Amino acid sequence: MAEAVYLDQDLPVAGLKRNSVGWWGILCLIATEASLFAYLLFSYAYFAVRFGPRWLPQAHPALKLALPDTIILLASSGVIWWAEQGAKTGRRRQHLIGVAVTMAMGVVFLIVQAFEWSGKTFTITSGSYGSLYFIITGLHMAHVVVGLIILGVVFAWSAAGDFTPRRHTPVLISSTYWHFVDVVWLVVFTTIYLAPYVWASS
Amino acid sequence: MPNPAYALLASPMSYLRTFGPRADPATTLMWGLVALSLAVVAIITLLVVSGVLVRRRRGAVEAMASLPAERGSGGLAWFYVGMPLTVIALVGALAWTVAVLAAIDSPPVKPRLTLEVTGHQWWWEVRYLSPNPSWTFVTANEIHIPTGQPIQVKLVSADVIHSFWAPALTGKTDAIPGQTNLSWLQADRPGVYRGQCAEFCGVQHAHMGLDVVAEAPAAFEAWRRGQLRPAAAPVTAEALDGERAFVAHCGACHAVQGTDARGQASGDFIGPITASSLAAQAAALPARHSSTGGVVGPDLTHLMSRTSLAAGTLPNNVGGLSGWIANPQALKPGAQMPATYLSGPQLSAVVSYLETLR
Amino acid sequence: MTAWEDSRRPRIVKVDGDFPAERLRKIWEGGPGLAGWISSVDHKEIGKRYIVTAFVFLILGGVEAMVMRWQLGGPDQRLLSPEQYDQLFTIHGVTMIFLYSSPILTGFSNFLWPLLFGSRDMAFPRLNALSYWIYLASGLFIYAGFVTGNGANDGWFNYVPYASKAYDPGINIDVYALGLILLGISTTVGSANFVVTFLRTRAPGMSINRVPILTWGTLSASVSNLLAVPSVSLAFFLLWLDRQFGTQFFTASQGQPLVWQHLFWMFGHPWVYAIVLPAMGMVSDALPTFCRRPLVGYTPVALATVATMALGMGVWVHHMFATGLPSLALSFFAGASLIITIPSAVAVFAWTATIWTGRPVIRTAFLFFASMIVLFVIGGVSGVMTASTPVDWQLTQTYFLVAHIHYVLIGINVFPVVGAIYYWFPKMTGRLLNEPLGYWNFWTMFIGFNLGFFPMHIVGMMGMPRRIYTYGAQMGWGPMNLVISLGALLFAIGVMLLVINIAISLKRGAIAGPNPWSAPTLEWSIPSPPPPYNFAVIPTIESRHPLWEDWLNESPARSRLTEGLLLDRGRETLATSPLDAEPNLVLEMPADSFAPFVLTCGLTGAFIAALFHIWWVVGVGLLIVIAALVDWFWPRRVHADMTASQQGAADG
Repeated sequence: MAEAVYLDQDLPVAGLKRNSVGWWGILCLIATEASLFAYLLFSYAYFAVRFGPRWLPQAHPALKLALPDTIILLASSGVIWWAEQGAKTGRRRQHLIGVAVTMAMGVVFLIVQAFEWSGKTFTITSGSYGSLYFIITGLHMAHVVVGLIILGVVFAWSAAGDFTPRRHTPVLISSTYWHFVDVVWLVVFTTIYLAPYVWASS
Repeated sequence: MPNPAYALLASPMSYLRTFGPRADPATTLMWGLVALSLAVVAIITLLVVSGVLVRRRRGAVEAMASLPAERGSGGLAWFYVGMPLTVIALVGALAWTVAVLAAIDSPPVKPRLTLEVTGHQWWWEVRYLSPNPSWTFVTANEIHIPTGQPIQVKLVSADVIHSFWAPALTGKTDAIPGQTNLSWLQADRPGVYRGQCAEFCGVQHAHMGLDVVAEAPAAFEAWRRGQLRPAAAPVTAEALDGERAFVAHCGACHAVQGTDARGQASGDFIGPITASSLAAQAAALPARHSSTGGVVGPDLTHLMSRTSLAAGTLPNNVGGLSGWIANPQALKPGAQMPATYLSGPQLSAVVSYLETLR
Repeated sequence: MTAWEDSRRPRIVKVDGDFPAERLRKIWEGGPGLAGWISSVDHKEIGKRYIVTAFVFLILGGVEAMVMRWQLGGPDQRLLSPEQYDQLFTIHGVTMIFLYSSPILTGFSNFLWPLLFGSRDMAFPRLNALSYWIYLASGLFIYAGFVTGNGANDGWFNYVPYASKAYDPGINIDVYALGLILLGISTTVGSANFVVTFLRTRAPGMSINRVPILTWGTLSASVSNLLAVPSVSLAFFLLWLDRQFGTQFFTASQGQPLVWQHLFWMFGHPWVYAIVLPAMGMVSDALPTFCRRPLVGYTPVALATVATMALGMGVWVHHMFATGLPSLALSFFAGASLIITIPSAVAVFAWTATIWTGRPVIRTAFLFFASMIVLFVIGGVSGVMTASTPVDWQLTQTYFLVAHIHYVLIGINVFPVVGAIYYWFPKMTGRLLNEPLGYWNFWTMFIGFNLGFFPMHIVGMMGMPRRIYTYGAQMGWGPMNLVISLGALLFAIGVMLLVINIAISLKRGAIAGPNPWSAPTLEWSIPSPPPPYNFAVIPTIESRHPLWEDWLNESPARSRLTEGLLLDRGRETLATSPLDAEPNLVLEMPADSFAPFVLTCGLTGAFIAALFHIWWVVGVGLLIVIAALVDWFWPRRVHADMTASQQGAADG
């Protein structure tokens, strides 16, 4: 008769990184939040197709703030990746510095975007373009703020010495969320800032 | 064909039978799908019921633990038979659907008559368009068309989403604010075809009916010429009094061509319409029409040529008219028309005036 | 720094006289009194709460329907004003579609899944509690609006521009919008819980082709909800912004009213599959028990479940056929809507084949499961008719559609749910429902339902539109409506018989024992009701029908139910790999916690404040939410109720 269950090695107690249920949970969260942005961009595209290029307040949205801002945010993904390497190899300083720099870049992103917002000629109530622009970028900003809170908590835990090279699941979860926020921005940026250069140029 | 079943199923709004090329191919398809559906339901019901009766264990069953489970055989054959039949039936339905869609999408010949129907809460404004501006006119809730030719219908809305539906002649097409939807219909024989708004649009959605009156081309022409004439001036003293009272109390919302009653642009109207808000805003706004439904209430120039009032809610006779004017909220609560607070003599004068609007 | 246990090889023990059942019970049982009730994270508790709450909403929705049927039983009735009627039909739809039909299935799934999987709880027990509390809060929120005369009044799909501030001032629509966004949070977290539970917490050996069909149904619904719920939450959020702040998403002048319909139905159509697929799964799992054979075509049915859900995400435009779309779009969506019937047919043939190739035992539960096949098909064929665009142009927004939706909802959700109540009530309570009363229950419901709803097809084809508070006598709809109202009354009496049966059987039903139906799946291998820890040891699974292996004898392997991993150092269960269910983790489960309840209070407070524009209170509410989350995620590796010496004794 076969064994009830055959275990040839010890089982970890409480999840390790991708083995933890928390990791799978954050993937579900990312799926649902990504869908949210998909529906927002669907609405944007619907309006754009219905109204045509005249719907845009300007045919070529200004990139002089948005482009550097985008680069900052995307670069912060690289920084958080570097921080995660620090946690994986037991280099706590590297991890802490990396998280702190990522958070600073996130804050810079928000400040620059707020500044860009204040310079717009349209408002959230002035028309459908304004409503969509501010709600899409605004909801993204809200996700960045949540990301900053999560990173702040992870920073505190790391500083308290809670992570080891084997056990640092919150590091993985938080950096995955941060990468998600950056990818969403890439898609939003492309749709709102870059795409008009292609479809509205006439 | 006279048949007791038809009597039970008779309704002015029935589409069990339809009477024009816009609706007929869909009706045939509908009956085909009904036949298919009934057959499928009958077969499955028979299979399930007979399965239970034939295969059940008879006698008392003490404990189910005494009944061993067995895999049995032949189960998959049900899929091998059932699934191909299902696919064939559905593909057939799809092919027929696409064919009917193609057939009824556009009228068989270019329509010579175009109507612009504007949905309002809770009545239908009907504008007869023409390349010659002096041949355009407007009416409400009752559409006359000549038989035997397609009529183009442009649908717009003055406020919320409504849906234009005259079941015996055409399926539904929504009237959506901010866009113009196109439909068409054709009646092959004369008759009065009842319709109703078919998209929930507020408290009196239930009373937003319409009538499509199809008549022989000569009769239609006579009606049309009558609609083009402005209102004849009233003759009797009571009717003249009534005209004055009408213009003063009703003219802000209801236009009568040839008088000072011009209706009003509802696009500038803010908030619910009450007697006081009406009076306040009436003075401030010029009278104008726009092609996207700029009026508050129906044009009454030829009110007496219609068979019903309040979008198919009441019969158009002295009793109905008086009751409606005296207290619209009692008959159609929530309607945009406020109580007019006319005195007895004033009311009867107004009704006498309105009766001259043929 | 404390040295937490990093890994271990759990002991394999037999369940016999020496088995430490009492210690396991103490580890898993909830605390006493109100505090214990609020802080419970036990899936069985939460499942029963969902079922009871959803059932209460079913009764409320039924009362709303009966009032409407009184109004419509004859022409020109004046029992209700038009505004009252509009609020009634709206709250009836909202109640049935959001507050009953999904939560009832969530409740059954919550109670059953760990028992079906051989596990001790769901993957995220506190998240489970949170999803229930938020559901309850959103239901109370929405009903608070209704009972104060501020109920939504634009139908459950709430089309704009009628739902915009200009045409619907007052807070009715705001209550609905915020209430639904709140409910959406419950649905989303619950769905994440099901997805991760399905993939990670099945017993060893329960490979993915051995799981019960109910779990395929709820899994499909949960994946769909993760992807689709944001659409409706977004739609209501944008509408709320339009109404409070003057944004221009849906206004007629600047916005696009049809965007509302797209966003709503991109959620709404997948939702209606999400509220039937788990119920179909319950039929697929329970009907075979009474037929004394495994389900015919497990693999086609499992695949068809997933396929139906996937296709269901691509047919939403069939709710918009009359909005003036181009012919190409109409043809495509008509085609997709017809094709989706194909996987549904798979289930019908599977069930019918199971009856014909089995030896059915007639019990009340079986009657509900067998009859739903017929009701399913009636609802399905009326759906095929409405999928055909030109026919839909006549049928849509008439009582034909009302007939269709009730045949699919009552036929494919309510009837299976009642069958499931008869089937699993013994497991939940330890007592059987009364069988003779059950037969009366079934026949009154079945006859009443068909008498009440079949004529709706006919009166719909006689042109009766839906959502009208009255109709004239000259329309000829009166006689048919009277029949409908009387049938509905009979159906309501049938539902009352169920309530009576439950009430008397809770106290005086026959004692059930662990497996009254001699059924094959794991939940029947443990006592009724189950102990707090579900399984004394984690079983090892060798087939789809662990308790029928001796009878079916299809291989020499046998599932091991009385010997397996112990896992008693605190609240622990086993996590396994997604496809083959190989053990790969000892999963630490949380102790009872107040955080979900506190979070819900903060969140609901924030929503109530948002309704009334008291923004600082919104802030306070969100701070409470954050505080609850901090407590929730605070790193603690707790072995509940175990001192160091107990831990030492356990290892010995």
